[in-house]
Amino acid sequence: MGSLRTVLDVRDLRVYYRTLAGIVRAVDEVSFTVGEAEVLGLAGESGCGKSTLGYSLLGLVPPPGRIEGGNVLIDGIDVTKLSEDELRRIRWSKVSMVFQGAMNVLNPVYTVEKQLVEVLTFHKGFSRREAVKSAVEALVQVGLNPELLKRYPHELSGGMKQRVVIAMALLLKPKLVIADEPTTALDVVIQAQIMNLLKKIKTEEKTSMIFITHDLSIIAEISDKVAIMYAGKVVELGSSEEIFNNPKHPYTQGLLRSIPRLGYKGKITWIPGVPPDLRRPPIGCRFNPRCPYVMDICRHKEPPTIEMGGEHRVACWLHTKK
Amino acid sequence: MIQVSEVKLRVENLKKYFPVKRSISEILRGKPPRSVKAVDGISFEVVESDVFCLVGESGCGKTTTGRLIARLIEVSDGRALYKVSKEVKELMPQGIFVYGDYVSLFDKLPSSIDKLLKREIQIIFQDPYGSLNSRMTLGSILEEPLIIHSIGSSKEERQEIIYKALSEVRLNPPEEFVERYPHMISGGQRQRVAVARVMILNPSLVIADEPVSMLDVSIRAEILQLMLDLKSSRNLSYIFITHDLAVANYICDKIAVMYLGKIVETGLASKIINNPYHPYTKALVAAVPEPDPSNRLKMREVPIKSEIPSAAAVPSGCRLHPRCPYSMDVCKTQEPPIIDVEPEHGVACWLYVKR
Repeated sequence: MGSLRTVLDVRDLRVYYRTLAGIVRAVDEVSFTVGEAEVLGLAGESGCGKSTLGYSLLGLVPPPGRIEGGNVLIDGIDVTKLSEDELRRIRWSKVSMVFQGAMNVLNPVYTVEKQLVEVLTFHKGFSRREAVKSAVEALVQVGLNPELLKRYPHELSGGMKQRVVIAMALLLKPKLVIADEPTTALDVVIQAQIMNLLKKIKTEEKTSMIFITHDLSIIAEISDKVAIMYAGKVVELGSSEEIFNNPKHPYTQGLLRSIPRLGYKGKITWIPGVPPDLRRPPIGCRFNPRCPYVMDICRHKEPPTIEMGGEHRVACWLHTKK
Repeated sequence: MIQVSEVKLRVENLKKYFPVKRSISEILRGKPPRSVKAVDGISFEVVESDVFCLVGESGCGKTTTGRLIARLIEVSDGRALYKVSKEVKELMPQGIFVYGDYVSLFDKLPSSIDKLLKREIQIIFQDPYGSLNSRMTLGSILEEPLIIHSIGSSKEERQEIIYKALSEVRLNPPEEFVERYPHMISGGQRQRVAVARVMILNPSLVIADEPVSMLDVSIRAEILQLMLDLKSSRNLSYIFITHDLAVANYICDKIAVMYLGKIVETGLASKIINNPYHPYTKALVAAVPEPDPSNRLKMREVPIKSEIPSAAAVPSGCRLHPRCPYSMDVCKTQEPPIIDVEPEHGVACWLYVKR
């Protein structure tokens, strides 16, 4: 995997929300890379900062959030250094996003055609005819009937809308697509169809993806490697095989044990307690109040990131050599 | 075989049609009124102390069924026999029973009886963000049902009951939680308050409408385990509504799979999941994602195509036929009967009808 050309390189990224009640450290010193045609799954509970991380890669962190430090290199360009105008050119063409809840993303007063064509005329200066031709191709690629171009979003079902949103994200053939819970609002059958579609796009277009969800079962459906986030930090990162078959961090282990499975009727467990308030994260390891293996050192010193071989790394005192 | 007396609830031919407004032009052209057949003639039995699951995609009528049984909306047709618990039975007049301990749930009942039955049959909603009033403290949210049903004579007595209910759902210390507002607690804690609000009335049949689907996977297990613990300590029966077969597999004893207002397959949870007969159930089982990283290297085979049609335009014959890979001529015109392919495993599909 290491030989893949790097499409995304995130280094020590910090994104904070400066609120009146204090600084929320939503993303705190996060580093990872994504190679060409590689899919990174980003998992964690609500409020762990995974969506903020996704938004920050497009320079879209909602105020009062701000990128406070670190670098985001997409295809060699540092997104954190760009002006709003330059960012607008990069969005959709180099990096695009599939948002949570497709039903709310499409503009209800425009037809599908208008929304797709707008992107192409703005970014590529296409004439209307060229743009419509590309839009038709995009719809066919996601398995939709081109006649849908003339429809308004309310005339489409949830699954069709999600396909339109995916078509839109792929329209300019970006290097990187960020998908934030793209199947959460969908039924299981449609979810499986959409996941199949994303797999097809991954192999055909060699698009790199970041797949954000709280559901590790969906991550396993598509991701080559997985980053587990907890309270603004990446606590474990590794290839899918390593994370699912050989998890090292107690949080990852807890998440995996909480998934109900079809082929297994035994007890499932949960992670007791709630994620911390990111304005006042616990001292030391942020997971220490919920950790079953908590030691003295965890309560006052933040764990270093330990290389476990290959790309696998984990931030936990259990794995340091004394 | 199931003894009649073990059945908690028996539903027969339940129907709910929602009328659709006609446009002016439709009225002028004399078109007949249309309706959305949300639930179209379903029958099932819930055995006492069992978890009975209604499974299906959005729009299949599973939530409507739950609301009908909780009597939040009126039925269009059908009958339900409900076995009242011992405590409530003593409070009811003899004449109300249609058979043994059973009352007919959808009949016109005197308001005092109606109120007692509402206490007996409670519902937990999907969205703990919407179901708790954001302007009320958790204490007053839990006190409201007690006041309505005149449980506890004094404020102190009610407080005692509320504290007990909060610790039962593991919100400790309860003194602290009664003062809080819903926005001050997490989603999982909110859902536990919703569970406490239902349990405080000491119901005997609880309808749980997707109680964990809005929660993070990491805390789903906690709510499910809590519900199972409460079931065994209080001898409850559940009707559990979900779209997630993996959750159903974990919590349910029996499953009924619904599609467009009909039950297409019903039986023991283990049988339905390990050995589904109906093409729709097969597709549902095939679509469930599993945390196995080798899945990313292969496409998932989901035998049925496209999406569930609107319940306002139900296909003729078998409702699945436009999406079904095994569709035959008979499927397009005639509705399949439910036949037992194994003991207590019913399937409504022409593939299994011997002709």
